[in-house]
Amino acid sequence: MTEAPLLDAAMVQTTVLTLKLAAVSTIVLLAVGTPLAWWLARARGLWKEVVASIVALPIVLPPTVLGFYLLIAMGPESPLTALLGRKLSFTFEGLVVGSVIYSLPFVVNPIRNAFEAMGERPMEVAATLRAAPLDAFFSVALPLAAPGLFTGAVLGFAHTVGEFGVILMIGGAIPGETKVLSVTVFDYVETLQWDKAHVLAGGMLAMSFLVILSMMLVERRLNGRRE
Amino acid sequence: MIEAAFRGRLGGFMLDAAFAVPGQGITALFGPSGCGKTTVLRAIAGLLRMPEGRLRINGDIWQERRRFVPPHRRAVGYVFQEASLFPHLSVEANLRFGLRRSGTTRIGMEEVVDLLGIAPLFDRPSRMLSGGERQRVAIGRALLSQPGLLLMDEPLSALDRFSKDEILPYLERLHAALSIPVLYVSHDIAEVERLADTLVLMEQGRVRAAGPIPDLLADPALPLLHMPQPAVVIDGKVVRTDPGYGLSEIAVPGGVLVVAGGLGPVGEGRRVRIPANDVSLGRTPPRDTTILNALPARIEGADPAGHQMTVRLRLGSDGRGAALLARISRKSWDRLALAEGELVFARLKAVALSGSARVPALTRVD
Repeated sequence: MTEAPLLDAAMVQTTVLTLKLAAVSTIVLLAVGTPLAWWLARARGLWKEVVASIVALPIVLPPTVLGFYLLIAMGPESPLTALLGRKLSFTFEGLVVGSVIYSLPFVVNPIRNAFEAMGERPMEVAATLRAAPLDAFFSVALPLAAPGLFTGAVLGFAHTVGEFGVILMIGGAIPGETKVLSVTVFDYVETLQWDKAHVLAGGMLAMSFLVILSMMLVERRLNGRRE
Repeated sequence: MIEAAFRGRLGGFMLDAAFAVPGQGITALFGPSGCGKTTVLRAIAGLLRMPEGRLRINGDIWQERRRFVPPHRRAVGYVFQEASLFPHLSVEANLRFGLRRSGTTRIGMEEVVDLLGIAPLFDRPSRMLSGGERQRVAIGRALLSQPGLLLMDEPLSALDRFSKDEILPYLERLHAALSIPVLYVSHDIAEVERLADTLVLMEQGRVRAAGPIPDLLADPALPLLHMPQPAVVIDGKVVRTDPGYGLSEIAVPGGVLVVAGGLGPVGEGRRVRIPANDVSLGRTPPRDTTILNALPARIEGADPAGHQMTVRLRLGSDGRGAALLARISRKSWDRLALAEGELVFARLKAVALSGSARVPALTRVD
């Protein structure tokens, strides 16, 4: 009986794919989530609450339900598919769209909190010092919200890595294209390859712990630099 | 000229304030808390848009009908109650923030750093500064944005007594060294008496009066004269110093005051503050007294204040000089049979030097 290597090619492939998905999703999440968080922190009125609720939906919705609707939206019959000229379901791009929607509240909330904690004053000061609104946003608001942006990025990344239900619904398990870590673990367990499942599950457990620990340490440092 | 008029409702508060003041020197917006001073200042900066407003600053229209210049296009410097330094920037980067964006360098970094004495703070992170130091940096930052108008919203009120005394002299130097008009919001009459040239008196969202501060302090129609400790300020010039006795003479409209201290070069402008409680009146020029200041003055009128009278006078035997107030007992008023138009001799027990480059200690000269 030959001993199986700790990591085989399939495991490496699924890990690389997962990290790539998380990285791309995090970049999109920050690009979409930051302006959204700014708007939610500043806007007044009922609209803001409606939009905030829509953004928060993935927190309470079962991932299969979200995945079901996304599958329909990305499927061959949908207007979105007609518009793009190709379907997004069962593609890497489709996973990115799904991940962004699924992780959006985890990114938007900390950034929004950071913008709200900042108050109006820094932007007013910037305006009286001749900074146009966009200039003030980049030179004052973003640096002041840095801890929130950092937390949002880490949570978005980690949450995407841990995503399962939505991915299974819209992406299935195409190796190298949509088969990410969480799906692979499920696969191994279903096919009774417990040793491989152990390797991946243990690795993810350790990584998650390290991510959260380092986030807390960095946050503590960032907050320590301010009064 | 600074011409401002704002009208509108903010929550439950109705603001209807209009005033026109000279486009130079320090103008104080003075009134009790909640009277709308800060709202007016914010509207002038453009941080707040009043539904109805007209604002002209030395010829530039910043708000009129549908025209509204956004705050970053207005040449204002704004000093907030709390220094509000950017915590993510160093002291130097805070100072350069507005300088970089203003396009000109009429007011240079060196000048501001000297004026405010902030050179030693450059390498310190902004969170390591004391309250007074922060506020000085904030003032410098506002000045370096090259304002045509400096707005200050109770810049001293968040500071303790010690830090206040540390900053006041810098504000006075600023006044002397720069020709930028300043609008200064305050609810502290002592600050106003010391710094302001012009006063805008506000009450419940309206402007009660606006004009030169010496006139308003002695106006019987205004509440300032009816305060428990009324005083006047008089601007004059040093005409003579007497180092032997450690005295200086300051010429004011209608007379010459003797003040303790060698008050620097002859010709220099000085402001004195004379509390009404330190002025007594006599019918004849005093002899055999240690009081140095006894000036002829004419009674303009008198208002009862409990068992006392607040007597309004003008210096000079012709009664055309600076306004002066005297708080005397009603009994004395009757005993001397004083009346409007009468010539009296005002004896000043104390003359406080104000508007000098130092903290005004009440200097008794008798």
